[in-house]
Amino acid sequence: MQNSNNTDIISTVEFNHTGELLATGDKGGRVVIFQREQESKNQVHRRGEYNVYSTFQSHEPEFDYLKSLEIEEKINKIRWLPQQNAAYFLLSTNDKTVKLWKVSERDKRPEGYNLKDEEGRLRDPATITTLRVPVLRPMDLMVEATPRRVFANAHTYHINSISVNSDYETYMSADDLRINLWNFEITNQSFNIVDIKPANMEELTEVITAAEFHPHHCNTFVYSSSKGTIRLCDMRASALCDRHTKFFEEPEDPSNRSFFSEIISSISDVKFSHSGRYIMTRDYLTVKVWDLNMENRPIETYQVHDYLRSKLCSLYENDCIFDKFECVWNGSDSVIMTGSYNNFFRMFDRNTKRDVTLEASRENSKPRAILKPRKVCVGGKRRKDEISVDSLDFSKKILHTAWHPSENIIAVAATNNLYIFQDKVN
Amino acid sequence: MFARGLKRKCVGHEEDVEGALAGLKTVSSYSLQRQSLLDMSLVKLQLCHMLVEPNLCRSVLIANTVRQIQEEMTQDGTWRAVAPQAAGRAPLDRLVSTEILCRAAWEQEGAHPAPGLGNGHTQGPVSDLCPVTSAQAPRHPQSSVWEMDGPRENRGSFHKSLDQIFETLETKNPSCMEELFSDVDSPYYDLDTVLTGMMAAARPGPCEGLAGLAAATPGPSSSCKSDLGELDHVVEILVET
Repeated sequence: MQNSNNTDIISTVEFNHTGELLATGDKGGRVVIFQREQESKNQVHRRGEYNVYSTFQSHEPEFDYLKSLEIEEKINKIRWLPQQNAAYFLLSTNDKTVKLWKVSERDKRPEGYNLKDEEGRLRDPATITTLRVPVLRPMDLMVEATPRRVFANAHTYHINSISVNSDYETYMSADDLRINLWNFEITNQSFNIVDIKPANMEELTEVITAAEFHPHHCNTFVYSSSKGTIRLCDMRASALCDRHTKFFEEPEDPSNRSFFSEIISSISDVKFSHSGRYIMTRDYLTVKVWDLNMENRPIETYQVHDYLRSKLCSLYENDCIFDKFECVWNGSDSVIMTGSYNNFFRMFDRNTKRDVTLEASRENSKPRAILKPRKVCVGGKRRKDEISVDSLDFSKKILHTAWHPSENIIAVAATNNLYIFQDKVN
Repeated sequence: MFARGLKRKCVGHEEDVEGALAGLKTVSSYSLQRQSLLDMSLVKLQLCHMLVEPNLCRSVLIANTVRQIQEEMTQDGTWRAVAPQAAGRAPLDRLVSTEILCRAAWEQEGAHPAPGLGNGHTQGPVSDLCPVTSAQAPRHPQSSVWEMDGPRENRGSFHKSLDQIFETLETKNPSCMEELFSDVDSPYYDLDTVLTGMMAAARPGPCEGLAGLAAATPGPSSSCKSDLGELDHVVEILVET
């Protein structure tokens, strides 16, 4: 599907808790949900593929009349709620407004009313002599999405993260300077739990870049900053969590210091491991794994594309240095994945310490073909299959990826294309 | 043309200073490139103003970079004074001017959230707004910085600093840029090498072919300027010592 339309650029990807559904949000404010096929017994070798299940317009562009500024409809994040009944619920957010969407199926329709005529007009009660109970008859499956809650007007700055709490009753939304706590049932009120806005905006030197709740402890959350720090907060300590419980920061390497040190240390994503024991952070050049019990340095650091270190000035010039890459854990927390440029994405096995670079591109992957590992040549002789740093296409960036909660299925968003890769079936 | 004349001047003065030429070229190339980075950053900040919804994180990071450069230049003593009458004043004034520049970017976003928010915040509508950005919401974000009716003294220093910023960002012919750097050993793209403190012992490595990189993204890069007047001044200082 060749489509150069800007609004199709995928801006977020997220599996639901069972992995049955995969949601994407795009720059045009649309949400597309894919559903995995039921694996049929007849076709054992055909693993469940993902097909479009529902498409809806989540957010529309808005205009802030007070500031004479447009509010983009781009979906920044989607987060699923755990399924509690037949319907599916997800949160989607743009820069300013969070919405709770209910996605439900309808495959039956009541027929046989006799209180209305064929055109749907109410019949005169005097003409009705019998009461007929409508019967549910099957109809073509219809999936409908309805907005159930709209959480608006709580963020002055741009929302970068939303996170559903493990109590399933509350969630948080974080913008550049503040984090708010919401109850799903209440839309006209939220609690501010973090506020780093200085009294004098001239003193502003640090912003919040990402935030997430602990997967099991509903009182605990973390947020990352543009200075490469992570703060862990406990909501039981006080109403306003401006004082952190833990502060994670790696001491700077003086030999690597440059004018770009701070920019590349800015954390673009933070994710708890499924176990809740670790957090993973992504900055411009690395992915780091931190043990919650050790604040002074990460326990693991993985180089995503260190060959860019000598190109930082150029990347600053063309703004690529501000790209916000995300990172994800696999279901067992043994492998981590993140994106890079040239439609490359990287996986790191934490146990074997092996890593691989793969490419998400139509030219290089036919359906069912095995992905070939890629390599970037840094200098000197370039081997046949390698690509040199200077040939990398910096407009093809993989910022958003997702990993199925329990299986080895990954979703990779490459600009306006979504790639879904699965483990090879033997 | 100017660059070549400059170099001849350098050589003439340093006939009797051993090894100073190499040192001078290294130092002045670092200063040149640091200045380029500063100019590039200021342009980026200004572009922030023009954009519909400036990205606050990006603005803060760029502003911090500018501050770093300014601090280093202040320590070096290469930070140029504002105007003759202000020669005696501390370089802090220049820092202030950039503060104003940076501040305006997110002050526009700093407007008070809608009333009836009930988010536990007790903020008066006025307290959030700084004196320079007036009480009225800006009509046009891109012109608000330049057209604000601020207090007199603020306005004075504001205009002064604007002048300097405009001076340093004065459009130069791109070919002139080439000539400016042609006599400098390390090509423009080795800004990275120099600025990361990895001073090459002999000759810096050749340009890594980043032309492809730059060519793919036209934009503020073409407006990356250096202030030739300042360069002259810097070299004068170095030569005189």
